[in-house]
Amino acid sequence: MQNQPRLTAGNQLINWLTTGVGRLLVSIFVPLVTFLVLWRGFIFLRDSNAPQLIIVLVAIVWGVGGVALLYGVSNWLVEKLSGEWVRRLQPFIFIGPAIAILFWYLFLPTIRTLVLSFQDGLGRSFVGIENYIFAFTDRVMLEAFRNNLLWMILGTGFSVGLGLLIAVLADRTPLEKVYKAIIFMPMAISFVGAGVIWKFVYAYRGEGVGIQEIGLLNAIVIAFGGKAQPWLLLPPINNLFLIVIMIWLQTGYAMVILSSAIKGIPSELLEAARVDGANEFQVFFRIMVPTIQSTLLTVTTTIVIFSLKLFDIVRVMTGGNYGTNVIANEFYLQQFTYNHSGRASAIAIVLLIAVIPVMIYNLRQFRERRAF
Amino acid sequence: MSGANTSQKGQKRLGSIFVNGVLILICLVWLIPTIGVFITSFRNSEDIYSSGWWTVFPHRGWVKVEEIRVPEDVDVDQPFEIAGVTADFNTLRQGVTTPDGRRITWIGNKRSRLVVVEEKRWVGFSARLTLDNYRDTLSGKEIRFRDASGNEITRKGNNLGGAFLNSIAVAVPSTIIPILIAAFAAYGFAWLNFPGRKLLFTLVVALLVVPLQIALVPILRDYTQLNLNGTYLAMWLAHTGFGLPLAVYLLFNYIGSLPRDILESAFIDGASHFTIFTRLILPLSIPALASFAIFQFLWVWNDYLVALVFLGDQNRVVTSALAAMVGEKGQDWHLLTSGAFVSMILPLTVFFALQRYFVRGLMAGSVKG
Repeated sequence: MQNQPRLTAGNQLINWLTTGVGRLLVSIFVPLVTFLVLWRGFIFLRDSNAPQLIIVLVAIVWGVGGVALLYGVSNWLVEKLSGEWVRRLQPFIFIGPAIAILFWYLFLPTIRTLVLSFQDGLGRSFVGIENYIFAFTDRVMLEAFRNNLLWMILGTGFSVGLGLLIAVLADRTPLEKVYKAIIFMPMAISFVGAGVIWKFVYAYRGEGVGIQEIGLLNAIVIAFGGKAQPWLLLPPINNLFLIVIMIWLQTGYAMVILSSAIKGIPSELLEAARVDGANEFQVFFRIMVPTIQSTLLTVTTTIVIFSLKLFDIVRVMTGGNYGTNVIANEFYLQQFTYNHSGRASAIAIVLLIAVIPVMIYNLRQFRERRAF
Repeated sequence: MSGANTSQKGQKRLGSIFVNGVLILICLVWLIPTIGVFITSFRNSEDIYSSGWWTVFPHRGWVKVEEIRVPEDVDVDQPFEIAGVTADFNTLRQGVTTPDGRRITWIGNKRSRLVVVEEKRWVGFSARLTLDNYRDTLSGKEIRFRDASGNEITRKGNNLGGAFLNSIAVAVPSTIIPILIAAFAAYGFAWLNFPGRKLLFTLVVALLVVPLQIALVPILRDYTQLNLNGTYLAMWLAHTGFGLPLAVYLLFNYIGSLPRDILESAFIDGASHFTIFTRLILPLSIPALASFAIFQFLWVWNDYLVALVFLGDQNRVVTSALAAMVGEKGQDWHLLTSGAFVSMILPLTVFFALQRYFVRGLMAGSVKG
């Protein structure tokens, strides 16, 4: 009996903690403390009058740390269970939060928006397909559809076309990186920032003696003997001036993706064609374009979807006035200016329906590519 | 032989000049609007309205050399002699150029009786540059400036400095949280077995292209009930939700392709899934995590719609603050241009510093709409 370890107070505590009751208590205690800490953080962030910098720092630590803590604690809890249960429950610790958020933020809203789209402006009673009749026949919506079609055709066409042109040309120069970085740069700029940049290009001071045009476009027009114009107020041509902004923003994207596809073309293929006497145009249209066809399709689809959902540029530049309205802006107006959630929801569903072919394509690709 | 060779070489050089010429032209078109805004943001606010930004570069322009008052007793409807020319009011209003290269112009209406003599000179070497515009946009205090006609105007500052901090508070967690959640989920989908695995992942793929407009109205209702509108938490969760499908998809592709033996040997050593994930998988996945992080950070920082809907006028982020400035003071270019640059500085830095990762993320994510 000499070998029996002496039961110190500390050992006693540990022993007690590993027995059933103690374990249960700890299992309750730890999540409780976690919850309390997070809750205190939330209250602090909501009510504190501390300097903004401190609030921002606390918010970042609280937000990021909180999520990590939740994973740690819930996993710790599950690993306390017996082996069989760990195996069964642990996957849900890993995927549970993601699935829960996807359900709350994307899956359920789709259904709820669908229901709302059949209800009146305040979501009180069902009105059948009235909102859809609005969405497909109202003059405002028809104008928005027309403009979106312009955005889709011209915006996408020029972005992809220019992107391809630049990708092919830049491939032949030693300064490729510099050119590409410049074209790519707008990708880092917000649409609102881009809006300001281009609004300044289109700026119009009006008529009057001694007034200097400070907008670049008007200055160029005047230099060539033209007359200054308020470009953004002239339907229907103002749509083109807005589309230019999208081209400016999106060409870089098309260029980068297409450029890497072009670099993937085996050089023997191109050399063989050149040796056989094909000129550069033939090489481009007969060999390059067919080879990168699928990439071209992906890029085009991505930009088409982008132009379908386009909102910020129109919102900032014209607010959708002067004949420049687009679907996504009308959605915003219906919901937040006219408070008609029924119509807004119907418009959102229209946007969803428009992307369903892409969704199906993605799913099919996914199923083919991988034996999941 | 050699003749054909030189002509081929010449052709090649011609081609290269043509290619570079086209590219330089396109690049200029791409850069000039931004350069204009950049220069304007440093110009004296009075100068901005009286001349185009390109006048800061040296050029030959009209410079006022003399101001002449027309005496009251001269009948200006008849031609009269002034500063070496003979003309009436209407001609002078259009401006008269003398043979020695001076321009004489009547300023204002008939009663002003003010005539200005100008000469062409080299100007632009001493453009008035200042940081005042930045001070005015960043601070939240009252600001004073002179407008185009020289009137003093007092306005409340735009507090873009505060908006900048808000943007950081929104963007940093909105980048890290979805990455963390998506990395866990990607590991779960790739290496764990559970019922409904395939169905749930199909859902993720399907949600890749769902336009976020579809979620705004229902989520806004939830937030109103939970009293979450205008909080950072609301923004983090929303951006997490909207960014998650792509994040899970990208990280799944990466984590799922890690060699199986690494995990198996760790298992044999008795490590749990959680340990393997935090100690082994996360460090191994850093390239993929970085790619998505830059993608998501730029997206969140530049987002306007989500901030507009869920933050409203509280805790404005830079994009919504800038958009509000456009709406409220659409012609105050000294504020708008400096504001635009404040909003661009961080994403541009991140972008150029980590372009390689960004491009990689872009390639992998080109399935998203």
